Amino acid sequence: MTPSHSQINSDLLRPLLRTSWKFYVVVTIFLAIVVAALVSWLSQMFYGFGISGIRWPVYWGFYVTSFVFWIGISHAGTLISAILRLVDAGWRRPVTRCAEVITVFALMIGAMFPIIHLGRPWLAFWLFPYPSERLIWPNFRSPLVWDFFAINTYLTGSLLFLFLPMIPDFAVVRDKSTGLRRRIYTLLALGWRGTPKQWHRLESAMAIMAIAIVPVAVSVHTIVSFDFSMAPVPMWQSTIFGPYFVAGAIFSGIAGLLIAMAVLRRVLHLEQYLHPIHFENLGKLLLVMALLWGYFVFNERLVTYYGNEPSEMAVFWRTQRESFAPLYWTMVIGNFVLPLVLMGIKRFRTITGCVIASLGVVVGMWLERFLIIVPSLGHKYLPYSYGIYRPQPVEIIIAGATFAAMTLLYVLFVKIVPIISIWELKAGDHQPPDGSHPIAKKQSLREVEG
Amino acid sequence: MKAVYALYPDGHSAQQAVSRLHAAGVNDRDITIQSAQPMEDFEFGHRDKATWMWWIACGGALIGMASALGLAWLTEMSWPINVGGLPIFAWWPNLIITFEMTMLGAILATVVTLVLTARLGRRSDIYDPEVSDGKILVGVINPSESAVAGLEAALTAPSGAQFKRI
Repeated sequence: MTPSHSQINSDLLRPLLRTSWKFYVVVTIFLAIVVAALVSWLSQMFYGFGISGIRWPVYWGFYVTSFVFWIGISHAGTLISAILRLVDAGWRRPVTRCAEVITVFALMIGAMFPIIHLGRPWLAFWLFPYPSERLIWPNFRSPLVWDFFAINTYLTGSLLFLFLPMIPDFAVVRDKSTGLRRRIYTLLALGWRGTPKQWHRLESAMAIMAIAIVPVAVSVHTIVSFDFSMAPVPMWQSTIFGPYFVAGAIFSGIAGLLIAMAVLRRVLHLEQYLHPIHFENLGKLLLVMALLWGYFVFNERLVTYYGNEPSEMAVFWRTQRESFAPLYWTMVIGNFVLPLVLMGIKRFRTITGCVIASLGVVVGMWLERFLIIVPSLGHKYLPYSYGIYRPQPVEIIIAGATFAAMTLLYVLFVKIVPIISIWELKAGDHQPPDGSHPIAKKQSLREVEG
Repeated sequence: MKAVYALYPDGHSAQQAVSRLHAAGVNDRDITIQSAQPMEDFEFGHRDKATWMWWIACGGALIGMASALGLAWLTEMSWPINVGGLPIFAWWPNLIITFEMTMLGAILATVVTLVLTARLGRRSDIYDPEVSDGKILVGVINPSESAVAGLEAALTAPSGAQFKRI
């Protein structure tokens, strides 16, 4: 049964207007983990990079793995939401905001890692495109400067893409709240009234931004892949890295979205809004991306194998049957076997099945990033540059705490913004009149006037 | 009197009210309509649809592109660095910065246009919180005293109308 407008308001505003003790418990636990990570980071700044496992020749370890992983997860939201908006998929309505929020927070977390990795984060502004006192501009031919532009463009676009459709919902909260909360939401609602002009402008803006954000999202992960493929390192310099990274990013993004939706559905009792069909549709997308991921991995491996270049083959065998083999095959099971079985067989394509497959994909994609970075850096062209990487507690705590940070940000967001777009849900339920074609409408109008 | 308006439970009755106001000689621009969701299935939902936003977004994109090219040219020429034998002003890598700033220009221009043309951030003379519950508001701001009776008749004629004056 379709919920009424007032029931939609009541259900979706409940988390904002009522706070249970469970909220404080969850916030305290995740905040404690984030604080532990901050203390670890401070200790790294104080004692230096020596307390981490990052040393020559493996300069990129858990931090860059997490950077690439979170930028990938960010593709859950804005990209998927923009595509679903452009094709006007009706089932997207309860899903889009859950997804867009993941993008913004994942980008913020991902963008932290280059700063953590700097060692001296107070000099992060050296990355920015401005002339320094020695008149040395950042090198625009460096992929790291491309990252700066791409991530900032995507973050700005995603923030606005998330914020704009929230304005009408802020107006609903404004009308339903009192006191200080009302004053805050009055400011956030920007005087929204819901006139036809405002709706048209909002929808036009969303359409333009959806068109603009799709290529930006694709470019972001392509550029992140350039950080690797522009470097002469075994198994990195590959033309397939751009699309391979983009596919992997969308893949992990969908997995992240499915997990978030399942948790929200259960915790906030959103069963009336997030239906099994939403999970099934996204599950099918997950299956498609798993096949695509398998295709890219097969391409990458087969071409390397046929090339038979010694330094590349050394990395190839390290990952497939030597020291990194357990991680490699765990990745294959998580990214390919598990989603193929669970999402390919209809009876397993349930909410639980989607969550299990998604957890496998999240683990698998993190391992994929790790396996791209570490085995290659530890086994370059000449024996003098061979080395091993052993992650240290500081890196493990910081990398692990990012999951707590993501959860914490999500929980706080759900407390201040309706996690399902109220107006889009109502617009989806809106029943058009008989003969909704413009000409039919004019005819009915003439009948009224007559 | 500041305004007269009525709240309607659905788009059909709101459309009838708008049509009756038209029949009573009220201009489109004097009629205020507010709803909790887009009402494009009704004629009144198609008001004020024309917009220059797409062209302004293209303009923003052009400004972004020009800024990117200018920034890349200025910086690379001000401090020429030889990188792997690439030209000092190398098109291929500069296309990436150019693309990102082009898109950023389009996005920012779109948002600015939305804020300005949808009159966000400005107060409205007429509003009823019941709109958030799904009611549709149709009204006339600053009506003349002589017209109020006619407006009331037009606004209350559709079924379910909830007439108010402020």
